Amino acid sequence: MAQLDPKIPSGPLAEKWRKHKMDIKLVNPANKRKYEIIVVGAGLAGSSAAATLGELGYKVKNFVFHDSPRRAHSIAAQGGINAAKNYQNDGDSVHRLFYDTIKGGDYRAREANIHRLAEVSVNIIDQCVAQGVPFAREYGGLLANRSFGGAQVSRTFYARGQTGQQLLLGAYSALSRMVGSGAVELNTHSEMLDLVVVDGHAKGIIVRDLTTGVITAHSADAVILATGGYGNVFNLSTYARGSNTTAIWRAYKKGACFANPSYAQIHPTCIPVSGDYQSKLTLMSESLRNDGRIWVPKNKEDCGKPPASIPEADRDYYLERMYPAFGNLCPRDIASRAAKRVCDEGRGVGETGLGVYLDFADAIKRLGEAGVRERYGNLFDIYHEITNENAYKVPMRIFPAVHYTMGGLWVDYNLMSNLPGLFVLGEANFSDHGANRLGASALMQGLADGYFVIPYTVGDYLAGQKPNSRPSVNSHEFVKAIADVESSVARFLSNKGKEPVSYYHKRLGKILWQHCGMARNKAGLEQGIKEIAQLREEFWANVKVPGSADTLNQSLEQAGRVADFLELGELMCRDALSREESCGCHFREEYQHPDGECKRDDENFSHVAAWEYQGEGKTPIRNVEKLNYEFTKMSVRNYK
Amino acid sequence: MNPLGHLFCSTIGRKVIMAVTGIVLIGFVIGHLVGNLQVFEEPDRINGYAQFLHTLGPVLWVMRITLLVCAGLHIWAATVLTIEDRKARGAVDYRTKTWIQATLSSRYMRWTGYVVLAFVIYHLAQFTLGSVQSASYKENLPEYTMNADYHVMGIPVVHAGTHVHDVRSMVILGFSQPIVAFFYIFAVGLLSLHLLHGAQSLFQTLGLRNSSWGKALRAIVTLACLAYFLGNLAIPGAVLTGHLKLNPASASSTP
Amino acid sequence: MSSEKNSKSISVTLRVWRQAGPNKPGQFVEYPAHNLSPNMSFLEMLDVVNDELTVKGQEPIAFAHDCREGICGTCSLVINGEPHGPHEGVASCQTYIRSFADGEVVTIEPFRAAPFPVIKDLVTDRSAFDKIQQAGGFITARAGSAPDANATSISKVDADLAMDAAQCIGCGACVAACKNASAMLFVAAKVSHLGILPQGQAERDKRVLAMVNTMDDLGFGGCTNQYECSAACPKLISHDFISRLNGDYIAASFRSMFKQAPAQTDGGAG
Repeated sequence: MAQLDPKIPSGPLAEKWRKHKMDIKLVNPANKRKYEIIVVGAGLAGSSAAATLGELGYKVKNFVFHDSPRRAHSIAAQGGINAAKNYQNDGDSVHRLFYDTIKGGDYRAREANIHRLAEVSVNIIDQCVAQGVPFAREYGGLLANRSFGGAQVSRTFYARGQTGQQLLLGAYSALSRMVGSGAVELNTHSEMLDLVVVDGHAKGIIVRDLTTGVITAHSADAVILATGGYGNVFNLSTYARGSNTTAIWRAYKKGACFANPSYAQIHPTCIPVSGDYQSKLTLMSESLRNDGRIWVPKNKEDCGKPPASIPEADRDYYLERMYPAFGNLCPRDIASRAAKRVCDEGRGVGETGLGVYLDFADAIKRLGEAGVRERYGNLFDIYHEITNENAYKVPMRIFPAVHYTMGGLWVDYNLMSNLPGLFVLGEANFSDHGANRLGASALMQGLADGYFVIPYTVGDYLAGQKPNSRPSVNSHEFVKAIADVESSVARFLSNKGKEPVSYYHKRLGKILWQHCGMARNKAGLEQGIKEIAQLREEFWANVKVPGSADTLNQSLEQAGRVADFLELGELMCRDALSREESCGCHFREEYQHPDGECKRDDENFSHVAAWEYQGEGKTPIRNVEKLNYEFTKMSVRNYK
Repeated sequence: MNPLGHLFCSTIGRKVIMAVTGIVLIGFVIGHLVGNLQVFEEPDRINGYAQFLHTLGPVLWVMRITLLVCAGLHIWAATVLTIEDRKARGAVDYRTKTWIQATLSSRYMRWTGYVVLAFVIYHLAQFTLGSVQSASYKENLPEYTMNADYHVMGIPVVHAGTHVHDVRSMVILGFSQPIVAFFYIFAVGLLSLHLLHGAQSLFQTLGLRNSSWGKALRAIVTLACLAYFLGNLAIPGAVLTGHLKLNPASASSTP
Repeated sequence: MSSEKNSKSISVTLRVWRQAGPNKPGQFVEYPAHNLSPNMSFLEMLDVVNDELTVKGQEPIAFAHDCREGICGTCSLVINGEPHGPHEGVASCQTYIRSFADGEVVTIEPFRAAPFPVIKDLVTDRSAFDKIQQAGGFITARAGSAPDANATSISKVDADLAMDAAQCIGCGACVAACKNASAMLFVAAKVSHLGILPQGQAERDKRVLAMVNTMDDLGFGGCTNQYECSAACPKLISHDFISRLNGDYIAASFRSMFKQAPAQTDGGAG
């Protein structure tokens, strides 16, 4: 059994981080250059961490599988980033941001982590502005804010619909500065395929150069994984096609615990699936819900009719009906589930019946078409590009899609996993969002981890390691890891199968969406576990990976990633099955209130489930970290 | 690196050389045209003007050398940039490449430049050096006697009674050969096209253009190029159509 | 009307550049693509073709892609002679089959430029852009040292203008579209974004000189002010920024000569 000590500092909630920073050990400036740190990934968390550690004087090696660090999928975040600046004088505070986040996560996250996140949120905005992030401004020249995702204060900073892009480019520019100065060594087209553990500590990684196929070992004094979320396990999602679980999955198989894998956020406003060939679901910013009204026909028979022909009386504005206080602005998990419910009743619209209307007719009446265009023009354009429909004339059709994974590798307060020396940042860890993430919080967490947490906590670990003591890449742990990676590559290429990798990925996605998606139940999850095991067998018997290992081979890359998804999918079902309650995104049909809302079981499930790998074919161990709510009263989340 | 280094070694610097030398050359061709249009007035004007230029002596040479250096730098920068640009495009070019919005004049800058260069050489050989069409070259024509003083800014610079080269007759005789006139018209047409892109482009290169007045710039440059072309068309056009004739006095005024 | 148009499936012939690796000879190979839904994206069509090739035992066409929503800048196809295809203001991944006619021959080439060598088929190495960025595309601001975000006010006009430039997705379509393979629009976007903001003033001259010199050293061509770059740009970044870059570069060159340099530096700035 792994030891899961969250190492939460003692003292009052608001003092913990300050006190911890004073208590932790420091590395002498002259010694910093003697420590090498590997950072895998260069999204918001990875690039901010690599840049900041480089600034501090550590020797940093950064690995990304993309052709450039700037491609990481943080770049696609549209809406904004939260910070408790209270520039709007509307009653915001660190405590309120903390409270909103922990409540939003349905009380399944650590108090201390979230409070720290809320505290450093204000520094993030300062840092980004100093780097030149062009946040939206008011005419007076001060920063603009908007309210987002149902928050009752305006605390979201944004840069048009491209906040993630601008924040990532800020972090990327900081990283580029460090690469240019020689403090950070940048390795692009480099995919981490294994973690190397020496004497119980993470001390290196195995990397494959995707353009040449060369496999190399890299040793370090600490390894930081910032490789993002694993939502592509569902195949169709709003993730980039390349997003994958491989780095964290291989770390899991080397002993790092995987916490709450079944917590996957399903975003309510995406463009519905239109055909079999589809590779990607496109998110329409949540901000659309500020002015759009969501409805479906009251009667099944009306679903095929043109929406304009359905009279007002025959429309069901179901969010406004079910959640009168928050209406169309209720949190993501709730809005998504409601859409699923009406579609399950046969009242979904569009060719597949899996869609609901997001209607701007009222907004156009109120603001005029020009007014709507000013606010959402670019989103309407995207919608038109994809669907060839004019949303000023006919309502948009939207449907929920997988968007973010709150689960990830287990980490303590220092963001270190149960494997000493292995740190996990950003979406790749499980730490701050509980069972549901609020809008505009992901960017905040990624940058908090990279700019303001890891620079302190990594020093605390390294101070306990002798300088220049990292193992040689010729030691047997590295040699064996390289041999394992080489043989798995060879196994794919020599497989005499018939079907392309995508065939299995699509099938896996369908199984998970059906059994481990917006609503889950015992029988379905058990069925899912069985089906995934079967699919995995089929995959290994019949997958076809063409080409060779010594040039760019995208099929080979994808095969490795899907092989990991096929294992992760099963773990997700196991996790969902063992969590016999409903909370946040995790909705078990057996555990609901009569009105269909989540029924939490705080007595038995107020904990983190952290899964520990036991070997091929063996059932993993479910470790538990109890969540102690010292300062917050757990209440029933109510948005009515 | 010092600014001269930036100027000669960077792509932007070489573009600045193109732009600045371009401004000098544009200034010259405009001045040249305005001077030449005096051919439509009484013969005293253009002949006096030509004589005045000659009397400048060293100043004329400074101007000539400046123009030559500018033309040389303009061509040098264009050549180096073109070589670099081709190298940058790479060994394999597109099989299909569609122009999205580049203007016609911008796409033929090199070709219009070549023709203009060939024309300038011929033009110098014809009117400045006399090495072609030497029968009508000014030194081989009877001299012209000024009837009145020629003034520049109110100062009489060439006096009545002075014997000067009969430039007017040279021009008219030169253009009375249709092939020469048509080549001239063709070349100034291409020069106008060259300027249509060049004169807008230099504002961009010097960091002075943006879309708030880019359309106005385009309109101004287009009108100026059209005017320039028409002005240049007027002289050979008038000779060919018989509107500009040899001064009957010119042949008889000198013994 | 639109649904009628949407439902008709079409077939096209793809004429695709295939190249086994860097410095290997390449050639065009034709592939049929049948039964394409007009609502399919261009890259989804390539996915389908690739799966068919895989099943037939042939090597799929390598093409770069990732986010498939036009923001990551990975996708990089020249479709019928236009970088990112016929539609204005979108990336290759936002190009849909409805832009093509039934029976059309569609030529697909990589972004060609000497500084973007082909890695395989349609995938090129655009790390030159990273190198330009590393030369000066940043504002030095160590984490933890920043003043309050509202300490300096920035006019909305300046913030919006900086954002116009900052939108660049670094795809390289500007280079691919330019007959000179010039990276001026990319560099201009970076230099302008940082140079317009007050935070970027301290390093403004150093930045523009370093980035332009690096751009030249990497073998990109010069700008002939034809503006193919901004027309091909998926974010429609204006070539006004190139004018601004030129002005900045000229000013910085002269300032670098006439400005007094300190006799000693304190070694702290890095």
